[in-house]
Amino acid sequence: MNLQLELEQRRQVLIVRLRGELDHHTAETVRTRMDEAIQRGRVEHLVLSLEDLTFMDSSGLGVILGRYKVIKNLGGKMVVCHVNPSVHRLFELSGLFKILAIYENERSALTELEVVS
Amino acid sequence: MSEKLEDVTQNGGNFMTLQFASRSENEAFARVAVAAFVTQLDPTMDELTDLKTVVSEAVTNCIIHGYDNDPNGIVKISAQIIEETISITIEDNGHGIEDLELAKQPLYTSKPELERSGMGFTIMENFMDEFEVISELGSGTRIRMKKRIESKKALYN
Repeated sequence: MNLQLELEQRRQVLIVRLRGELDHHTAETVRTRMDEAIQRGRVEHLVLSLEDLTFMDSSGLGVILGRYKVIKNLGGKMVVCHVNPSVHRLFELSGLFKILAIYENERSALTELEVVS
Repeated sequence: MSEKLEDVTQNGGNFMTLQFASRSENEAFARVAVAAFVTQLDPTMDELTDLKTVVSEAVTNCIIHGYDNDPNGIVKISAQIIEETISITIEDNGHGIEDLELAKQPLYTSKPELERSGMGFTIMENFMDEFEVISELGSGTRIRMKKRIESKKALYN
């Protein structure tokens, strides 16, 4: 599997770091592991950190949109950080941009979420 | 796009063909293979990313929609380079698309239960210079697309 997922919980915020390639093949694992973590912990908000994501296609958009809906249904907020230009372009094309807040790094994302909660 | 492969080389072009099982682990293989083939045109990183993305979209469509995730299907890719242009054809012999205009709508997906984004065709249309879908119910779908690789020109000017 050429995708690794790192999960870290800080209080009510789940940080998910993706490393490698997010496509249809790897999307299922990402979806399952994120949903498990969300159900297990007292997760309210989610930070998706994409610094080491080397490839993403529309299957990735599907997973991200899906997790956005899960978190939104729980009353939380999902934000994304370290978005490279090609992922940014996919966000723009799909309009995901309009519903997801994008931050430069994890620290600014966390600061924002702590203000929210 | 209708050039025969034997004519491609006669005209100083180059080509390659690939066939593989419709398994999701081959998506990464397919996009890396096409990217490796196109390196002879000296593409920029952005151009390479665009090509890898569209190959990934088209191959994923063959697997999910053409063959309904049946690993016994065969996905075929052929790519041609003529001067500075790469042409890519990606096809399956699967179900075919019932309503092509609907399928091309941004955000439309026939499989919302699979969390598909419905952006595949939109991405292919946007990232390539030319894009065409030919589909027949019961016999399969073929995507043809072209992109001119600009990088060399930009470097020498």
